[in-house]
Parts: sequence; structure tokens; C-alpha cells
Amino acid sequence: MSNIYDLVIIGAGPAGLSAGLYGARAKMDVLILEKEKKGGQIVTTSDVANYPGSIREATGPTLIGRMVEQCEEFGAKFAVGTVEKVDFSKDVKKLMLEDGKEILAKSVIIATGAYPRKLNVPGEKEFTGKGVSYCATCDADFFTDMEVYCVGGGDTAVEEAMYLTKFASKVTIIHRRDELRATKSIQEKAFKNEKIDFIWNSTIDEIKGDGIVEEMILKDTKTGEKTTIKAPEEFGTFGIFVFIGYVPNTDVFKGEIELNEKGYIETCQNLKTCKPGIFAAGDIREKSLRQVITAAADGAIAAIQAEKHIMSKEY
Amino acid sequence: MLELTKNTFEEEVLKTQGLTLVDYWSDGCEPCKALMPSVEELAKKYEGKVKFCKLNTTKARRLAISQRVMGLPAIVLYKDGEKLDECTKDDANIKNIEAMIEKNI
Repeated sequence: MSNIYDLVIIGAGPAGLSAGLYGARAKMDVLILEKEKKGGQIVTTSDVANYPGSIREATGPTLIGRMVEQCEEFGAKFAVGTVEKVDFSKDVKKLMLEDGKEILAKSVIIATGAYPRKLNVPGEKEFTGKGVSYCATCDADFFTDMEVYCVGGGDTAVEEAMYLTKFASKVTIIHRRDELRATKSIQEKAFKNEKIDFIWNSTIDEIKGDGIVEEMILKDTKTGEKTTIKAPEEFGTFGIFVFIGYVPNTDVFKGEIELNEKGYIETCQNLKTCKPGIFAAGDIREKSLRQVITAAADGAIAAIQAEKHIMSKEY
Repeated sequence: MLELTKNTFEEEVLKTQGLTLVDYWSDGCEPCKALMPSVEELAKKYEGKVKFCKLNTTKARRLAISQRVMGLPAIVLYKDGEKLDECTKDDANIKNIEAMIEKNI
């Protein structure tokens, strides 16, 4: 019989790392599984300004680096692996990985987070990194003095549009409705910004080009009318930044864990899911505020609950 | 890894025979900085077989765009100065980068 971990955490973002720390400090045998690189979405942030204590040199990666170090110091183990299938029906939970390995656990914390929603239009994938971007801090620089389009109408879209005005000559927000969904105070700043323009009631229908973005076709959401926007001759290209919300990473749990219509996990008290011994933490949960601090808090609560679950059972 | 500038790029990459890998990164790109140490390790592993270089695009924006690089991280493999293959954005993880090298070596 292979080793049965006390606690396996899926995802090494702030929620998973916080769970790892609390789990390891509670003397549990903890494994943190991450499919690619540790840190989750926060690693694209160059300045974490709202996590208490993060005032000095806290970029996403440095903060995550310290969290990882802290987990390791207390004995949590890390492994790279993508979970392909899960079986949560028995007391001993089974995780099947893409490479054929199987991991057994007495308790599991799902902390797989969310990823930026895609437009799902022709040309989007082809031109990602060729003019289409989901990360302003990564790519804004390329568009210095160029024109940039920003898709979305929420807080993120408008805030990132304002950030992009530091680089681009002009930033046009494309929104499918005739008013923004962003917080009023953020909206006011955007309306005052001379570099920001708006195209209302429109969505992107197609992105075209030869190696880089050269044109896009917009569709009016009311009339269905299509218009083509071509790159100005000077640069031959423009930027398209997409900020239309997030999609939770819950596909693999479908059928095992109850998900709401948006795909998020609805937890009850103490972050329990509908299955005993399975907990959820961080952005993956249906919750009102998705921030590093709420993710970290979730992780701590879930780890302590996992410990309680193990104590209450005979393994 | 050889640090390129916009002045040395042509000589070191476009006019170089064999395989050359360029890690495009920038000061503001945190995922790039997180990826860099593992690319450095690959550089050691493939020493003598692939020439590993890095280019800070903050100071070479137009050059990057001329190479059709407009999003980071971007790891591009050249052969005899011609662009052969690349791993960009979500695809730019160490597993894919090594697979790209193995495929073309």
C-alpha cells in the first residue's frame, strides 16, 4: 500500500500555501500539488499593496517565495503534477494524475483558483503574445506610444485601462453594455482620463493579422452591425487586453463536488464541501472578495478543519 | 546565459549558425523572472548544443516587435538565424521549453 497523506492540497497559490503552512505546523503529513509553477495568479502582480505586512519589497513572486519557504521549513512537501481525475467517495481519497501516478489522502483541500476568461473568438489564441494579452504588467511596455484596446467593464478592466494609459498613446475600452460595471469611484477616474475612450455595446468578433495583430472586427451587440478596426500605419499593430472576468479551475471535480452555475464551489460552514474530508479554499469558492488575504485565511481554516476531520476518523 | 542588447542581437542571434534560444523578458514581467532560474538550468544542461541568450525587451521594444514578440514570457528558438519555434505566455513553462529544444536538437 502506498503512502496515505494526512492532507493533500491541490494548488500552490496563497490559499494552498497557507493551508500547507497550517497543516504542516499541525504535524500533519502534507503534500502540496501544483501543476506548473507555484504562486497562482498573484505572481503576475508587481506590487502587492494590500496584504497586511506586504509594504516592503512585496512583489507577487517574492511574497509567494516566502510562503513556500515557510511551508518547507515546517515540513510540507511539494510535487509537480496535474490532477486528471478524483475519487472522493471513500474515506481514503484518491487523486489520479496525468502521468498515471496515484495519490492517496485522508483529507483534500481544493485550492485550484481561477484563470482569466477568454474571448473565445477566432484569432484570439493565435495572437496571444502577439498583441492579445491578459496581463497588463507583463506586456504594457510593448505598446508604448501605440493604441490599445481594453475589453471589459468591471473593476479590473477599468483599472488596467488606466494603468495602460501610462504607456499607450490612447486606450479604448470596449464594453458589451452601454455602461460600466466598475465601482463608481473607479469609473469617475476613467471618465476624467483624457487618454481613455469608449466603444459601447460592442464585442470583438474576430482578430486578424500576419504574425501580429493587424486588425479586428467588432460587432454591435444591439444591431449586429460589424466594423473593422485596422492598425495605424505607423506601428502596423495595436494591443488588445482582455479583462472579462475569471473562470474557476473546477472541471476535474465535476460530478464529485457540487458546483454552482458559474462553476465555483459553494462551501458550507468552515469551508467544508458536500463531501466529508474535502475542503475548498481561495478563489475557487463562491465568495464576495477574492484577494490574497481572503485566500490565505481560507487556507488556514481549511487546514485546521482537515486536521479535525482526521482526528474524528479512524484511518 | 548571454545577455543581449539591441546592438548585439543581430550578430549573436540572426548571424549565428546552429541553435540559439532567446529568453525575452522585461523588468515588469514577474512570470518571466519566476521562469528565468529554470531556463538558466537548461542553459547548463544544453551547454555546447544550444546557445542560450536573454533579452530585456524594456530596452529593445522595437527589436522584440520586429521578431513578432509582443507578449511575455516568450522563449524563441532560432536555427541559423531563422525563427524555428517558440513558447509564449501560458505555453512558456519549463516542460514545454525543454520539449521544444529536444524536438529541434
